[in-house]
Amino acid sequence: MEQLTILLIVIPLMVAPITALIPSEKITWLLTLIVCLISLAISGYILYAVIDGSHVIYELGGWRPPWGIEYKIDSLNAFVALIVSGIGCLACLFGYRSVPDEIEEKTIPLFYAAFQLCLLGLLGIALTGDIFNLFVFLEISSLATYALISMGKNRKALTAAFSYLILGTIGATFFLIGVGFLFAASGSLNTADIANRFSTFEDMQLVETALIFMVMGIALKAAIFPLHSWLPNAYSQAPSTVSVFLSATATKVSIYVLLRILYDLYPIHYWVDMLLPQIMLSLGCVAVIYGSYRAFQQTEMKRLLAFSSVAQIGYIVIGFSLVNQLGLTAAIIHLFNHALIKATLFIGAGILLYRANTTELGSLRGLGKDMPWTFAAITLAGLSLIGVPGTVGFVTKWYLLEAAVEKGMWIVVITIVVGSVLAIGYVWKIVENLYFRSKRKTHIQDVHSGDSGIAKAPKTMVTALWIGAALCIFFGLNTELSFQAASSAASALLKP
Amino acid sequence: MMEYLVGHINYWLIVAVMMVGLYTLMSRSNLIKKLAGLAMFQTAVILFYVSLGKVTGGTVPIISEKYSLYSNPLPQVLMLTAIVVGVATTALGFALVIRIKEAYNSVEENEISAMDEKE
Repeated sequence: MEQLTILLIVIPLMVAPITALIPSEKITWLLTLIVCLISLAISGYILYAVIDGSHVIYELGGWRPPWGIEYKIDSLNAFVALIVSGIGCLACLFGYRSVPDEIEEKTIPLFYAAFQLCLLGLLGIALTGDIFNLFVFLEISSLATYALISMGKNRKALTAAFSYLILGTIGATFFLIGVGFLFAASGSLNTADIANRFSTFEDMQLVETALIFMVMGIALKAAIFPLHSWLPNAYSQAPSTVSVFLSATATKVSIYVLLRILYDLYPIHYWVDMLLPQIMLSLGCVAVIYGSYRAFQQTEMKRLLAFSSVAQIGYIVIGFSLVNQLGLTAAIIHLFNHALIKATLFIGAGILLYRANTTELGSLRGLGKDMPWTFAAITLAGLSLIGVPGTVGFVTKWYLLEAAVEKGMWIVVITIVVGSVLAIGYVWKIVENLYFRSKRKTHIQDVHSGDSGIAKAPKTMVTALWIGAALCIFFGLNTELSFQAASSAASALLKP
Repeated sequence: MMEYLVGHINYWLIVAVMMVGLYTLMSRSNLIKKLAGLAMFQTAVILFYVSLGKVTGGTVPIISEKYSLYSNPLPQVLMLTAIVVGVATTALGFALVIRIKEAYNSVEENEISAMDEKE
């Protein structure tokens, strides 16, 4: 059992260099899918073992903590690892036809190698209990991400990747400075050790500065408003498979790090006294309104979805800055729910891009009638994004509203309602263009839109899309599993 | 006051290097200069860690009967990793700049964004 945890890191680490050397797109795809499936199985198994509140502890190299690096897995760790590997599988399934379409043949093995390294980095962040180790994994996943984004078809992908590289590195370096300050104060890098001995160095000014540096650095990585400027370009220019994977995992994992810092590393009363919850709550509210409004303005589907991500991150921020059990549970559930919804929608956008070679809503008019299955799944995911009862989005919003009412924060309640109304607006925009507008006969990739050729999306893509859409409904109706994992994680975080 | 300033001279200098890096990064339009600023910024953090581990009068951490005061070796070990990360970031950044130069025929950020907007 203990050995299984490290396999999550070791398998992609060993397979990635091999993948880079194999000159066949099919085999590299298969290897990546196998790695993702194994990771999914292991993290599912670990989550099943720790959901009752127990821990799985692995000491790297047999060194006892706090000297050695320790992986201490509780339900939150396992939950995030499950999200990452599950979305990895979906993205991989989708990528079978999408990657050869968008990436040059000779770079496909490198693409999959980078994909596995990114998976490895994100899994590592989710599992490790050592803050310096976390920084290293953060940089592994980020470096892989920059490379993946830059492989987009349009040359704008290069500038998007470059500006993400600059901002991401600043964020990671800020985090490193914070870790240094905390290390100077505590003499330790182990999360549990620092938390246990916190009262002995609590009075130092350094500790407060360290918190601010770490929160700032990670907020940049998590694209919390107003530090989100890299996100829309990066997600909309990246190859479709990468958009699917990153939109669902990268920011979620950063939010997870933020949760760990605020709730685990530092005692809750410490940062509640610093006005931090109020600041983050207001930023979250602004993010919801701003992100939804900007999404509403967009005319290109991937950009629209990227701005909607900014808004959805706002909901998560609101959830955990309410500092109560329900709010925290809502935030953790939404990590999962939003990952599902956004992955599904980006897969939908990827299918449209594959068939019509564009995601400009104006050029996609009427395509929904030719692609009923794809269109139906996109609509289902869109409804989840709005938060219609029976979908995953509703579950989050319900708990979030309950948490806000419990705290008496009416302004938050209003924000959530306004955000949902704006979400109806931008989802309707997609639906209207795809279904209710009359067709435009345009030549796209030598195929008339409206021809039967354009209507046939590859089976693997549609399967991935429908797995995502079905899960959106399944976890909306059957909330037990996700709720149990999230509330067990939330109570572990809130425990003094 | 004077003692405080002089006693922390290494930190003042490191903060100066850090700010020069950050300023270069933000103020320059040339992508290569931006990367140079980024590298300086990262280097300053590395210097900060290394100076953190220094103990006045301490020796290298090798067990010997003659010495009882050692410098902390851990920050230096950590920074070996951070240096590798920094090199990888800079290398990837330069690779991107080369691709950008091929695609846009320019490495000036304002020219590139002007070209992007025209599309």
